[in-house]
Amino acid sequence: MGATLDNGSRVGVIGGGPAGSLFAYFLLAFARRMDLELTVDIYEPRDFTKPGPGGCNMCGGIVSESLIQMLAVEGINLPPTIVQRGIDSYVLCTDRGNVRIDTPLQENRIAAVHRGGGPRDAGVLNWGGLDGFLLELAREQGAQVLPQRVADAGWDGDRPTLGTGDAARAYDLLAVATGVNSSGWQMLETLGFRSRRPATTKAYITELALGQAAISRHFGSSMHMFLLNMPRLDCAAIIPKGDFLTVCLLGKDIDRELINAFFQSEAVRRCFPDDWQPGEGACHCSPKINVREAAQPFMDRVVLIGDCGVTRLYKDGIGAAYRTAKAAARTAVFSGVSARDFEKHYRPAYRAIARDNRYGWLTFAVVHQIKALGPLLSGVLSMTEGEQSRPGSDRRMSIVLWDMFTGSAPYRDIFYRTLDPRFLGRFLWNSAHALRNGRREKGAEVSHGAGSAG
Amino acid sequence: MELGALGKEYQDQEIICGQGAAGDCMFVIQAGRAQVLRTEGGREVVVGELSAGDVFGEMAIFDRQPRSASVRARGTARVLTLDKRSFMRRVHEDPSLAFEILQKMSLRIRSLDEALSRMNQPRA
Repeated sequence: MGATLDNGSRVGVIGGGPAGSLFAYFLLAFARRMDLELTVDIYEPRDFTKPGPGGCNMCGGIVSESLIQMLAVEGINLPPTIVQRGIDSYVLCTDRGNVRIDTPLQENRIAAVHRGGGPRDAGVLNWGGLDGFLLELAREQGAQVLPQRVADAGWDGDRPTLGTGDAARAYDLLAVATGVNSSGWQMLETLGFRSRRPATTKAYITELALGQAAISRHFGSSMHMFLLNMPRLDCAAIIPKGDFLTVCLLGKDIDRELINAFFQSEAVRRCFPDDWQPGEGACHCSPKINVREAAQPFMDRVVLIGDCGVTRLYKDGIGAAYRTAKAAARTAVFSGVSARDFEKHYRPAYRAIARDNRYGWLTFAVVHQIKALGPLLSGVLSMTEGEQSRPGSDRRMSIVLWDMFTGSAPYRDIFYRTLDPRFLGRFLWNSAHALRNGRREKGAEVSHGAGSAG
Repeated sequence: MELGALGKEYQDQEIICGQGAAGDCMFVIQAGRAQVLRTEGGREVVVGELSAGDVFGEMAIFDRQPRSASVRARGTARVLTLDKRSFMRRVHEDPSLAFEILQKMSLRIRSLDEALSRMNQPRA
């Protein structure tokens, strides 16, 4: 018979980021439905109310359209004290021009947030961070937050233990939500984990203090996505928040040379005020991001959730944390906590994200080719521009781009949508038209209503 | 609308969804209040009050019938729209997502039962 959680069982959670907090939240909610009394300890040494690296989880800070909707159904509504800016549109910026893509409902359904207290040079803290908000929800649900770093892990019979230097506690289940930027994996090895670690690459994130008025004037409530012909750069985004802009670069070996080339590119320069210069000393980091899942995300009484197991490639990492955290909590309460239970009930959700990432790689490989071939890039722009200027028209390219940038749909769906003969026909026709017209007006504004937002 | 507000803002008395319309989405109130109205024989009857956190418009998603009532903002209200397709896709992946909706529907049936029972009580 497998191991199960019973009245009085203890659950330890290492890490109080979104995966850890949401796991504790759902575990306790499901347990209540089953009249099961559990004790849940979340180990989180960081104080998410503090600005700077000490309270930060190093992330772009976008809560996707699909996650906002699912959280609302769960009864979790993000308040304006946490959301720094509601996002209602995207601006695709390329060497050949910009195009704005509006949400069909004209509604703010994407949230730009800070994960912690904000950049280290934030003066007055006008907003709370997402991680602190979710940790508080877990606490309200009954979890105990221990502001301690886990120093070691081991076993007491068949139960895992966690030590914090002065004390060691045994648990009936251990949820590991340490991300990929801590030494959590060594701890797993001491517990006997023999899995392939997640593969990682380095991102670059910086926070630019432009001020609320200037951000509203130049970026509005549009997330700006950049498709630039720069080798090693898969995608880049500028996310408008309250008083800061968050700049995220994703790709292979993002170094100083690539960062400088990005800020000096014409497509980026034209988004900012004329006299703006990237200053030195802005809060920045180069966090590792998970680009390939850990092979084995569980063993008896231990489960990996969030980034330390699997996440969605480049987009909607918080959404992937929600999905893995909830699937693990569901398994633990309704099925059991043995490796066999996790194999049967948790693995499908984990594998779905990992498999979808294969389509993500394929999609980004195609995007790289399009970026390098001018007429194809012009084809993307003119097809999107046409769709956006004709309300009610078939918005095939707009929807593909929207879902890709927002992380709202699985990569698989996006990939197969691009194989539709009607999509391909229109795209090739627009590209051929651009080639025939010798469309070379580099930097031209072709945005529909993008105005200064471009 | 506030900088960090999610959803769409409706002004006082503005209709958020209309009785008889097709139900291809549901809604969650983020801030403010709204009234549920049913029009019968040209007469408008208020059948419910909604406030922040309340979900509405879910019946038409589940039973695929036209909307049974209208919902109108009372004062300024901010409302988030939830797409039927993405909700249904997620419910099939994770059926526990429907629990919250089920719980709310159950509470609504309970209060309707109570109202019905009050109406049928013999007058003293």
